[in-house]
Amino acid sequence: MGLFSSAVSIIRYKVKGELQKPVIETVRNGLMQNMFRDMEKEVSEKISGWTCYDNHYKPDFTNSDFIIGPFFVFSLRIDKITISPKIIKKQYTEMLAEHLKNTGREYLSKHEKQSLKDTVIQDLSLRIPAIPNIYDMIWSHETSDLYFLNTLKTANEELETLFFKSFNLPLQRIIPFTLADAQSGLTDSQRDILSKLAPSKLF
Amino acid sequence: MLDISILYNRYKFLGYEFLTWLWFSVENQPEKLRLAENSTGTLALGHKILLENQDNNRLESVSIKGENADFNEGLLALSKGAWVMELHLIFEDGGNKWQFALKGENINFLNIKTPEIGSIETAEDTEGFILEKTFLYNKLFEYMDGLFHQFIRLRLSEQWASSVVPEIRKWIRS
Repeated sequence: MGLFSSAVSIIRYKVKGELQKPVIETVRNGLMQNMFRDMEKEVSEKISGWTCYDNHYKPDFTNSDFIIGPFFVFSLRIDKITISPKIIKKQYTEMLAEHLKNTGREYLSKHEKQSLKDTVIQDLSLRIPAIPNIYDMIWSHETSDLYFLNTLKTANEELETLFFKSFNLPLQRIIPFTLADAQSGLTDSQRDILSKLAPSKLF
Repeated sequence: MLDISILYNRYKFLGYEFLTWLWFSVENQPEKLRLAENSTGTLALGHKILLENQDNNRLESVSIKGENADFNEGLLALSKGAWVMELHLIFEDGGNKWQFALKGENINFLNIKTPEIGSIETAEDTEGFILEKTFLYNKLFEYMDGLFHQFIRLRLSEQWASSVVPEIRKWIRS
């Protein structure tokens, strides 16, 4: 689900703190420094970075396409290699049989088996392409609101980490407590009650 | 402030209570869900409610869905101590309609369908499309945040225990 889907799910964040001025250059630099870069030769289970919402596979933040009205609009790309356990088992079984035949041995030690399995996984990781996943977001610098258009926990964790690394600002998730505490205009005495609140028995 | 994951777990009950209060208010006092005198926004139940009962180390889930679903089974689950986990809602304002689901534990908005807007014909339309969509998301969030603030002020007042909880209990048993 993305910006152009007919239905979207959204996790809302508040961006805490102030961006360094000039704001647009700070955002551009943060995006460029952590832009998604293909690393085809490198074996890595997962790679992530920023990409353009309208050009997922060839990001370019030198232009101003990421600025839409008062918003910054861009995407998080996470590429992950997913190897089916069945393929690993097949390759491992074949390699084990060949290894036993070549060495004339009947068994391998536990350590040797693990080493063989690691080799299989590494070999497959080089051959199987990573699956790209794109997650769009809309960031209003004026209101410090950020809408992340996906509720997947791993994607949100990656967003929070990369956002801080890029802009040196933490993201605070909107959850019942933060919505009550920070955004409901509570008095000190109401805050005090909130801090001691327990569930009601409604039945 | 405590760690966010601690606050998440400590206060997720507020989200469940908010959804129960919304359901109760939609059915019994919809006029209170108008945020201002001149507000034209209205809220209605959608076609699905998810409830969960976690009492006595057992987990019981109840899902009620369908165009003309009978939500009385949901009230029965509430009477046994279940929480509303997810509530599907319809927000209407000025002839526009938003359909969405609200998840209790984190107040996440799921499956938001905004009012129809023009499709993208050329590259130039993209900017307008995103601006209009964002405006529509903001309108929904502002309304729902307003309701949450209304709920939380009520929840922290003496009125909650003296008046609201008895009314909700009466509704659950009705």
